[in-house]
Amino acid sequence: MTTPVEHERTQVDPSPVDVRTEDRPWQTLVWNDPVNLMSYVTYVFQKLFGYSRDHATKLMLDVHHKGKAIVSSGSKDKVEADVAKLHAAGLWATMQRSS
Amino acid sequence: MRKWTRAGDAVVGRFDRQEAAVVRGLVSQIQDMLLARAEEAPQDELAQLTGIRTGPSTPPDDPILGRLLPDFHRLDPDAPDPAEVDSANALRSLHEPDLLDAKTAAAAVVLETCPADGGEVRLASAQAEAWLAALNDVRLALGTALDVQEDMPDELPPDDPRSPHLGVYHWLTWVQETLVEAVMD
Repeated sequence: MTTPVEHERTQVDPSPVDVRTEDRPWQTLVWNDPVNLMSYVTYVFQKLFGYSRDHATKLMLDVHHKGKAIVSSGSKDKVEADVAKLHAAGLWATMQRSS
Repeated sequence: MRKWTRAGDAVVGRFDRQEAAVVRGLVSQIQDMLLARAEEAPQDELAQLTGIRTGPSTPPDDPILGRLLPDFHRLDPDAPDPAEVDSANALRSLHEPDLLDAKTAAAAVVLETCPADGGEVRLASAQAEAWLAALNDVRLALGTALDVQEDMPDELPPDDPRSPHLGVYHWLTWVQETLVEAVMD
């Protein structure tokens, strides 16, 4: 029998790494509204993002039940383009930096 | 109107004369509102020279246009963060001309493909997508004007001034719903 060798460890700095604001990715949010149809919202998520029916349905249900869902994330340019496409489809979309 | 059905690569619907007049009338009204908003865009020589268009940097005052052309950030209505307001205004100015183009083009597809006297409407996939977007815009506009809520009843009391319009809203909901079903079929 043996026990694992106790390696000497370098103490990791426990203070949180300060991620600069500019490095945090952006997120696309879709908000619930009383007009948009559940079926149409699912269709838009599939069509615009290429999501599977299941994934698109899950996001749609999050919007419906929780009031909002993060539907995509990435660079500012990408998220900006996603929000613009969602607006063209009539969904209530906004963008924010991830917190 | 029978519900939309799939026929090969196309989807097919049929509207009687009155139904076609309702669809065309409402879609035209939305298109006119959007075109009027597009006219408000600042005109300047630099934009003409570079071809880079800029739209208005402030949201529309009209609540219906406001719903069709949302802000890019969720702003606190009581105490908006000034940096976010600046960013939302800049993004609006940059993107609104294309958004107006997309919405008026979708409306134009409906007006081209829905016969004024009614009859069959046969849509290729891109045309069906335009119909979905245009019908959605009309429902957003009516929904805003009628203050539609999640638990909206099928009918309002007869003395409610919104009562006759709610029937049109519900009918358009059905038209859009069956079109989504046919497209996803």
